Amino acid sequence: MTPYFNEMFQNNAVRPPYAGLEGWSADMPADIRLAKQAEAEALFRRIGITFAVYGEGGDPDRLIPFDMFPRVFTHSEWAKLERGIKQRARALNAFLVDVYGRGEIVRAGRIPGKLVYQNDAYEKSVCGFVPPKGVYSHIVGIDIVRTGPGEFYVLEDNCRTPSGVSYMLESREMMMRMFPDLFRENRIEPIDSYPDKLRRTLASVAPAKCDRAPTVVILTPGHFNSAYYEHSFLADLMGVELVEGQDLFVDGAFVYMRTTEGPKRVDVIYRRLDDAFIDPLCFRPDSMLGVPGLMDVYRSGGVSICSAPGAGVADDKAVYTYVPEMIRFYLGEEPLLNNVPTWKCGEASDLKYVDENLHELVVKEVHGSGGYGMLVGPKSTKQQIEEFRLLIKADPSNYIAQPTLALSTTPTFVEEGIAPRHVDLRPYCLVGERIELVPGGLTRVALREGSLVVNSSQGGGVKDTWVLSE
Amino acid sequence: MLLSVDHVTHYRYDRPVRGVVQSHRLMPSKFDGQQVLDWSVTMTGGTMGSAFRDGAGDWVQGWTVAGPVDEIEVRVSGRVLTTDLAGILRGHKEIVPPEAYLRDTDTTVADAALIELGQLIAAADSPLSGCHALMEAISAAIAYKPGTTRAQTTAAQALAQGEGVCQDHAQALISAARAGGIPARYVSGYLQSGQDGMDHEAAHAWGELYVAGIGWIGFDPANQCCPDARYIRIGSGLDAQDAAPIRGISRGSGAEILSVTVAVQTQEQ
Amino acid sequence: MLSRTADNLYWIARNMERAETAARLLEVGARISLLPTAQGYRNDWDSLLRASGNANGYAAKYGAPAQAQIEQYLFFDRDNPNSVAACITNARENARIIRTALTTQVWDALNTAFQELRQIEAQTGMRELSRLTEWVTRHTAMVRGAIDATQLRNDGYNMLNMGYYLERGDSTARLMDVKYYVLLPRADYVGSGLDNDQWSMLLRAMSASRAFHWAYGGEITSAKIAHFLILNPQCPRSLITCMAGMNNHLTRLAKLYGRETEAQSVAASLLHNLENQSTEQIFEEGLHEFLSRFIGEAAGLGAIIHNSYLSGDMQ
Repeated sequence: MTPYFNEMFQNNAVRPPYAGLEGWSADMPADIRLAKQAEAEALFRRIGITFAVYGEGGDPDRLIPFDMFPRVFTHSEWAKLERGIKQRARALNAFLVDVYGRGEIVRAGRIPGKLVYQNDAYEKSVCGFVPPKGVYSHIVGIDIVRTGPGEFYVLEDNCRTPSGVSYMLESREMMMRMFPDLFRENRIEPIDSYPDKLRRTLASVAPAKCDRAPTVVILTPGHFNSAYYEHSFLADLMGVELVEGQDLFVDGAFVYMRTTEGPKRVDVIYRRLDDAFIDPLCFRPDSMLGVPGLMDVYRSGGVSICSAPGAGVADDKAVYTYVPEMIRFYLGEEPLLNNVPTWKCGEASDLKYVDENLHELVVKEVHGSGGYGMLVGPKSTKQQIEEFRLLIKADPSNYIAQPTLALSTTPTFVEEGIAPRHVDLRPYCLVGERIELVPGGLTRVALREGSLVVNSSQGGGVKDTWVLSE
Repeated sequence: MLLSVDHVTHYRYDRPVRGVVQSHRLMPSKFDGQQVLDWSVTMTGGTMGSAFRDGAGDWVQGWTVAGPVDEIEVRVSGRVLTTDLAGILRGHKEIVPPEAYLRDTDTTVADAALIELGQLIAAADSPLSGCHALMEAISAAIAYKPGTTRAQTTAAQALAQGEGVCQDHAQALISAARAGGIPARYVSGYLQSGQDGMDHEAAHAWGELYVAGIGWIGFDPANQCCPDARYIRIGSGLDAQDAAPIRGISRGSGAEILSVTVAVQTQEQ
Repeated sequence: MLSRTADNLYWIARNMERAETAARLLEVGARISLLPTAQGYRNDWDSLLRASGNANGYAAKYGAPAQAQIEQYLFFDRDNPNSVAACITNARENARIIRTALTTQVWDALNTAFQELRQIEAQTGMRELSRLTEWVTRHTAMVRGAIDATQLRNDGYNMLNMGYYLERGDSTARLMDVKYYVLLPRADYVGSGLDNDQWSMLLRAMSASRAFHWAYGGEITSAKIAHFLILNPQCPRSLITCMAGMNNHLTRLAKLYGRETEAQSVAASLLHNLENQSTEQIFEEGLHEFLSRFIGEAAGLGAIIHNSYLSGDMQ
């Protein structure tokens, strides 16, 4: 018996949300399944949804594997998650406004100032500036794992530019195309309003100086970026221009884009570019990807940048441990979603515990992402553990550790048929004039048997995520 | 003391560039030691962007010049009435918490030698006397010698070679201070020193260290003193690059030839 | 429309047209090499390299011309920016950058060409030249067809067409110029049987053989050919057709944007000059001189289009 919570089967019975999928999967002959899988892959490749992995050579047109077996939530399961996500997104934004303003939470001693103000992601150039509607992080991606029927944990927050939403939308598109009957038989909440909601969210934070319908653009690092497909996909669905730094320029108090008809003013920039690169006059002077002078225009209210520069200080893995505290401090509420217990290696007592229990823990770099620079204790060899022990000792404050969570599994099509594989969930919460999110999110699945790492750069795949209507 | 400033930065491009964007911090800081009588910044062919006071209290003004252009002149001139406050930055409004100035940058990472100097602060009777001791030590360790360092020279490199200019003094000071647990920042401004006012150090830089209970205090290792009435404070940052009075970029392949003249003179009141 | 988007659209068209030119060159080269002439093979392949503008690049890499290597160079070599493989790869990359400015059908046509190219590169079979050139013309036609059938008639459509017409005019002029000065170095060959064989090859290279006979009939003469490829608006590759196409799309653009640029007046005067030319005048000026002038003027128009729409520096 597996100790993991299986989202479909419990005590040899099918859990209600998956009832509509039991017959579908059992009745599908292997040859049909393989043909459908091939069809999906061909479609993804034809549309151009590919994913380049940072720092790896190989096929630049690699696909993220798509698993056809949907992951399902009941309406009430989702309602609870949704409340928790919105609560968290509100608190994270309140925190950002605070630490770039008076820093009440630090003054009150609820979070150490060192963690905030000496953080690499803390951007002193935006101190004293309150972005339109008081929003720093306009798209909050919150990674959630499940360990039991009602047990959900937040693994990490992504306040800068969480990626993957195109896979959420395309996975749904693919399923509706290949299995229309499933959508007739199951009442599934639609998600296709996401691009409209995103555009409305961005338009709602146009700067005060914008006196007409705001022009929104998406700023991409360029077509060599691994997420370029997503940038272009979103721009298309939102009906806005996809620009590179070279397409924008500052003239006087505003930002303009270079068009065939001359300069056109830009009001809101949804940037998919790290802070360090957005303006060579303010940040890295060698950046060729940004827009010189952009920060001056931003600070004087001529343009909005989403997410706001400096938003990253809220999603730092060391700051993460204080999010429940933020919720209590700013909202006066108890957190609806739990954090995973976390040990901060920068603190002596925690470091001692981590050192003694390394074989049972998951250790992550504080600033790492994409599943790189992490150790999964129970899945590592003695030698790997010892190597990692040295890394931690060399720079303890760069690491946090968490217990190895018994991540839930969902049925997944594998070579031999259907088998349970571990999953997580990334919903995308939009924060502007209103806070909203589409039902569901991106389900990532660790396709390797027993693997707990769902990152696409580490052999993870994606699934369609269903939220059933009431 | 009534000081007058005339500061001209001249850019020439060997081939015309398609446009220039600059971000200026060229206004004297607002605090009890400085009163601006008149002040102007002009840029040939430039369009003024909007301006704002940043969280560190600096006045930032954006400028753009539409190309093609092969010559640009930025001229700063004005008069400031200064008062000697023994280096204390009194009455300066800012929001950035002092702790944010404990962070390192590429040019101010402390090496073993700088960390050792930083220990002077803990060794002194009080943080204030520790800061003075550190300034003396930096001053003794780095001899003033123009042309021996570049804009990118790090604090550690300058200390190791024992020579440099005011930028190196200031960066070594703040690097060692941070290593000693004192928030520290780089300050750019003007200094009246030579008789004729045309001194090589007229465009000057020094450090500011944060001493709990007192606040930000200027220390100038290059002249072994705290800024007095001869100093005009302009802006600050984590290092020289972050505090640069003019940051700019041109669009085009033309190579830039830069010349700067600065004159700071005392005037009869 | 973003200037960079316009630039990529324009270059999709130029790259696809250039890929087709390389394929046509290869095809005519292969045919010439089958002709039992005393000239031998070497010189003819040499002239083809000159026509593609890559004689120097080839010589630097391979030295003396040899058919297999030339095929490799003009078709597969990524070091040769004008090879079929390089042009199709570039066109697909241009398309990927501005994916959303294209219809699914156009993207599909470009991406399919690219994916098949990768398969062809990976396998050793299907290297038979006629199949390769046929493959190229099929895919360039599919892309062109998808553009005509599905793209919105907006400014982007005009950018695509301007790229096509400019590149095609340049290609026709260069092919003719090579015929006159490289294939036929000596004036006393003019009007000889060899001369006519070569003109015939040239028509074939432009898929214009049958069209020529429909339009003129009888003997192939240099005057008829010059008229057909330069002044006849029925010929889809003639210089006048290309310049009329440029004018059409530039005019539409000016109307759409509500303003003219230097590009409209320059294109109009180039078309006007062609409309008032006769073959006699062309031969009087000298065909080579005429073609060189045209190539220069077309390149000048390209630079003006760049400055007026694609560079992003307009005020």
